[in-house]
Amino acid sequence: MTATSGKLMKGATGDWEVVIGMEIHAQVTSKSKLFSGASTAFGGDPNTHVSLVDVAMPGMLPVINEECVRQAVRTGLGLNAKINLRSVFDRKNYFYPDLPQGYQISQYKDPIVGEGEITVELDGGKTATIGIERLHIEQDPGKMLHDQSPSLSYIDYNRCGVALMEIVSKPDIRDAEQAKAYVTKLRSIMRYLGTCDGDMEKGSLRADVNVSVRKPGGPLGTRCEIKNINSISFIGQAVEAEARRQIEIIEDGGVIEQETRRFDPDKGETRSMRSKEEAHDYRYFPDPDLLPLEFDQAFVDALKAALPELPDQKKARFIADLGLSPYDASVLVAERESAAFYESVLEALSDRARDGKLAANWVINELFGRLNKEGRDISSSPVSASQLAAIVALIGEGTISGKIAKDLFEIVWSEGGDPRELVESRGMKQVTDLGAIEKVVDEIIAANPDKVAQAKAKPQLAGWFVGQVMKSSGGKANPQAVNDLLKSKLGI
Amino acid sequence: MSVDAATVRRIAQLARIAVTDAEVPHLQGELNAMLAFVEQLSEVNVEGVEPMTSVTPMAMKKRQDVVTDGDIADDIVKNAPMTENNFFLVPKVVE
Repeated sequence: MTATSGKLMKGATGDWEVVIGMEIHAQVTSKSKLFSGASTAFGGDPNTHVSLVDVAMPGMLPVINEECVRQAVRTGLGLNAKINLRSVFDRKNYFYPDLPQGYQISQYKDPIVGEGEITVELDGGKTATIGIERLHIEQDPGKMLHDQSPSLSYIDYNRCGVALMEIVSKPDIRDAEQAKAYVTKLRSIMRYLGTCDGDMEKGSLRADVNVSVRKPGGPLGTRCEIKNINSISFIGQAVEAEARRQIEIIEDGGVIEQETRRFDPDKGETRSMRSKEEAHDYRYFPDPDLLPLEFDQAFVDALKAALPELPDQKKARFIADLGLSPYDASVLVAERESAAFYESVLEALSDRARDGKLAANWVINELFGRLNKEGRDISSSPVSASQLAAIVALIGEGTISGKIAKDLFEIVWSEGGDPRELVESRGMKQVTDLGAIEKVVDEIIAANPDKVAQAKAKPQLAGWFVGQVMKSSGGKANPQAVNDLLKSKLGI
Repeated sequence: MSVDAATVRRIAQLARIAVTDAEVPHLQGELNAMLAFVEQLSEVNVEGVEPMTSVTPMAMKKRQDVVTDGDIADDIVKNAPMTENNFFLVPKVVE
């Protein structure tokens, strides 16, 4: 598979291509931990969601949570990936206070999910395909607090042992935009599947980003890994900063050292995290406490049959059935909640074929626009799906004009109420009665003979009359009818 | 296969076991004796033989996704040399 070329970076010696691969750590949505019956709930008191297994007390043995296995398989299916019917848990050995076992139970040679690929959305309606190398299951380590004391670290193992999916991409990503689009799409897929809540602020989704640079088409450069980035916009910034750093070093005649770095969002730069210790040597070996993880194809097929509609499928359906543009469809399906809201609007429409596309415009432009402006999300929208559907239907059936609809939206947003009743009670109905419009047109023509003469000479000045008629009708005159009448009356 | 003195020190370091220089030759001898014993296995032709993971054929045991444990923070930190509000305290580690 070939990567989609990205934005090249300018250097003193010409253009540089950035090559990026990512490891995403996604916390599995489950009630209890991967190998113990302790809760996975976020934010409990220190060490309250911890069992003796999680802190590796002598004699404790891991027993796998079958839901975590199902979640990993579902995710693999969502990534169009090969599901391995047999996988093996290994011990990744290292000593660090966030992991009392002295090793992380992970999967090394035989992961539960193999190669796959996803399609990501880029600016301007373009897409790129990014290959997935593998997905494996492992334990999350505990959390360390370093700012409580000058000499001590505080450790809470509530997170220790929660199941993680590590999703490794192929080095198919070529610039910051693609990197952000990749994480956005992975997050979206997992949120549709319900396998990871994608909450980056709570650390449910973290990214390690491998960056190297090369002359376009040249041999791969040495890569650096930027660890633990916890926001999509930081991923973009980190890629740019790291690529820039590497280009400067190489152009100054230096050599890139392979190392682990950290991104500092305040300074907008990456910094070496290299500790004095020598390189890690994890000495993986199969965990003797755990048999190989095996299941049959029927298990996979049953999970596959029960998968919800995923963003790509939903997007294709919106385009094919409702005639939405690919861009609008992408915006609507990007977040599960947005798509669900739009579908509730559709549900409430009596004429979906007529109003479906208009409803999409209203959800995206009016509703999302307004929500963004006020920093709210769809779950706290003051305008419900059925209210929005009613507004759209009123436009679709010609009861109100698009302009009046915006006023109506304003009223529903700030005061609430049934849009249909509001249109009645506040007299917002569009006037389609030709007689009434004609009367207004006649009045305006009679009162402005000079403008009439001008408009006859220069027909584009007829716009002034349209404006006057709309104004005196309070925006309720049907614009098409006004245009037609004016044209015939002015003889243009 | 055999290990030299430097490898012995490295293994000790990775396992966080303090080993004095005086102990290294003895440990090196013990490790090499074990490696030599295991090496006999390479005399057996295992071409095409599946690795055996269990003596009796059995499937991995699985749990249902139910919370059955926790809320024992006092027990969890009981043996810790230093605690505060049920946090474990360790000498500061920052990478």
